[in-house]
Amino acid sequence: MQISIPFINFEMQSTFIMNEKPDYARDITEIRSMMERSTKFLSLSGLAGIMAGIYALAGAFVSYQVLDFNPDKLAEGNTETDGALWKIVGVAVVVLVLALGTAIYLSWKKAVKSGEKFYNATTRRVISAMLAPLVTGGVLMLALFTKGLTGLMAPCSLIFYGLALYNTSKFTYDEVKSMGLIEIALGLISTYFVGLGLLCWALGFGVVHIIYGIYLHYKYER
Amino acid sequence: MKISIDGLHKAFENRIRLGIMSVLAVNDMLDFNSLKDFFDITDGKLASNIKALEKEGFINVKKSFIGKKPNTRYYMSKKGKKAFDDHLKALEQLLKSQK
Repeated sequence: MQISIPFINFEMQSTFIMNEKPDYARDITEIRSMMERSTKFLSLSGLAGIMAGIYALAGAFVSYQVLDFNPDKLAEGNTETDGALWKIVGVAVVVLVLALGTAIYLSWKKAVKSGEKFYNATTRRVISAMLAPLVTGGVLMLALFTKGLTGLMAPCSLIFYGLALYNTSKFTYDEVKSMGLIEIALGLISTYFVGLGLLCWALGFGVVHIIYGIYLHYKYER
Repeated sequence: MKISIDGLHKAFENRIRLGIMSVLAVNDMLDFNSLKDFFDITDGKLASNIKALEKEGFINVKKSFIGKKPNTRYYMSKKGKKAFDDHLKALEQLLKSQK
């Protein structure tokens, strides 16, 4: 489904020109489209989701295989892994920056292509809806990290990311809501089964992103 | 075929005005630039259409300052909401009778 509707010649196509049958159906379609365009952020790119998923899977793979990171306890018992831990944080930051960068770039491109402004009232709404849960989660994770509760970091990232998606879903595609709920569920599961942390993280940030990305791409971008 | 024009307000014959009302129906309050993002028209054209709706009493203006810059925000009045809802109902009615 293509959402963009050209609004050029808006005035010339007035439905109520005499001797022409008024097109009420088009009026309604256009009213609905304007309401949707002005309240929902529809530049979200499915492709960005797929890419984010690939980055996350790569990051999880590097953490597990190369850096041998798979905490099965809530708290870090010894301090000899401190150096490795910082590398994990580095990997996480790289994944985050790549995923965000790709998402912003592709959404911007999609907006330009459909003749919309990328940064408009709906974009601001999406950002503010995401920010509160994400910043809360980020600060909490920082606190967990400094206290050595590394086993809780992956679950926390899933839970707060899920809350952010859930909160944002009312301003974008409806599918984002169920995606958020899945992330929250994975986060809660891995809070209890700490040993599954990395696996759940790879599922949540990797597989879920790729599946939803493909789905959104085929549903909304043909 | 008999076409009833009851409820179809003259102010909404213009598509830009109909568009402005649609946007304001689902957004609490928008300033000029936010409103402009949704239309592919010039400032002057948008302003004149806003003026027309304002004159009709369908939208209200709230003027304030952000720092030293004046900021004008628009929102739908109760009268405008009713007129827009009636217009929508009339459109739906007409659509039904056309089938």
